[in-house]
Amino acid sequence: MLTFDNVSKRYPTGYEALKQVSFHLDPGEMAFLTGHSGAGKSTLLKLIPVIEQATSGQVLFKGINLNRISRQRISYIRRRIGVVFQDNQLLFDRTVFDNVALPLVILGMRHTDIKRRVRAALDKVGLSGKENRQPITLSTGEQQRVGIARAVVNRPEILLADEPTGNLDPELAVEIMQLFELFHQLGVTVLIVSHDLALIRMLNKRTLRLNEGQLVQTV
Amino acid sequence: MKVNSSKQCSSPVNTTKAKEKKTAQASHTRPGLAALMRGWVYHHAQTFFASLGRLSRSPMSSLLTAGVIGIALAMPASLFVGLQNAHQLTAGWRGAAQISAFLKQGLPAEQATALAQQWQNDPRVASLELVTPEQGLEEFRDLSGFGVALDALDANPLPAALLIRMAPGQDDPVKVAALADELKQHDAIDQVVLDLKWVERLYAIMQIAQRGVLVVGGLLAIAVLLIIGNTIRLEIENRRDEIKIIKLIGATDSFIRRPFLYEGLWFGMLGGILASLLVNAGLWLLQEPAGRLVDLYGSSFTVHTLDPMTIILVIGCGALLGLSGAWLAVARHISDIEPG
Repeated sequence: MLTFDNVSKRYPTGYEALKQVSFHLDPGEMAFLTGHSGAGKSTLLKLIPVIEQATSGQVLFKGINLNRISRQRISYIRRRIGVVFQDNQLLFDRTVFDNVALPLVILGMRHTDIKRRVRAALDKVGLSGKENRQPITLSTGEQQRVGIARAVVNRPEILLADEPTGNLDPELAVEIMQLFELFHQLGVTVLIVSHDLALIRMLNKRTLRLNEGQLVQTV
Repeated sequence: MKVNSSKQCSSPVNTTKAKEKKTAQASHTRPGLAALMRGWVYHHAQTFFASLGRLSRSPMSSLLTAGVIGIALAMPASLFVGLQNAHQLTAGWRGAAQISAFLKQGLPAEQATALAQQWQNDPRVASLELVTPEQGLEEFRDLSGFGVALDALDANPLPAALLIRMAPGQDDPVKVAALADELKQHDAIDQVVLDLKWVERLYAIMQIAQRGVLVVGGLLAIAVLLIIGNTIRLEIENRRDEIKIIKLIGATDSFIRRPFLYEGLWFGMLGGILASLLVNAGLWLLQEPAGRLVDLYGSSFTVHTLDPMTIILVIGCGALLGLSGAWLAVARHISDIEPG
């Protein structure tokens, strides 16, 4: 599903965020990526939806080399990847429904299908009945759930999350993590960046640890 | 492009990949060409109205922008309609383009009549009048007030003359001059006089005015282009974060461009509608005093307002300029915004 082969990332400023990182994720696998802040977790994650590109080495998503990809095709790759952000990145001038529907609108899906899929996604994250709410009227945990619903609504092949529980209190964090585990059980490949070691231990999944840009340990 | 790339994405390169595909997401299906086309048309239709909806959510600023565009479009439109009115007014005068051909002194009357008949049959001639020396003398005596002096002459000094009016469509200065030249070649014709100077001057003035309308229109079109371009650029800047998010979800540049392009189109169209209203309101205000002036000259001229074709033209020009202005903005700014 996802292969990093000797990947290094050096920013134009000269800062080397990743140093020869190699790992592989199997389809349907769930894994955590951890490490102290500045270890390169976010940089690694950004290479997958081609927000950044590696300076050397190869990032392969289902056999597609993401280093050698045309601008036009990046959009189509991103449609196959669901991303959840720490700060949810919702559009606050639209309803919950419109936020979740966005990936489907981009795909050009028919309105009736969009309705069905959005309802199903909101149902899965436990927000059914709130589709007409404005995101600002929801709690932080609920906003994060809207973000997750948006990330999974077009049934991506891989789900990425960057500190999805970073802004949440412990109980809510557990609930959100359980949600990711649910999608993993449904067959989605999941990669979560987190430094909440207690939570990671609780879920007992494969853990990749970065230290100053190097992959030091995979459990 | 869409179909091509999604095909590339899904084509298995090796067996492990094919296996991956099967296990990953059985429900993940790629849309076919028909579905893509339908989606594309659907999104266009949806964006068309959604962008109007967006404008209506901030009515004051939308109206101000449309107003500025409307005034910019109203100026060339009113010059154009003014020119149309001038054409209509001068059409009545141009019929007066007349050639006077003076025949040789002492030409027998039969020959003069034959000559008159010959030219009467020319398709370029609308009407021809033969003025005999006697008629000419009578007229001159009546109009000039030199009656007594004329009595002192022994013989009639005046030649016979042909007064020729040009047929409609044949009355522009070049054609009139050509006919005059032909007349001049004739042995029996002594002299050809045509009062072309004023026709030529009128023509020249009209041409300057026409060119002026083009120049002013061109400049104001550029102004409209820049106004809309700048409005859309600001709008893109306001929605920078939103564009980043949508790009990250997999929207192509063209998908993101679309609402901005439609917004430009709407601004242009609304501007065109406002311009038509402004010009017609102005002309309506002019109608009464102009009518009074025209009455004093005993003319049947009436001020013409914008006809439906011109209104469609003005709105169409506005729409085109709006779209082009928006295009200028999106082409430069949307691809610069990247998530990260």
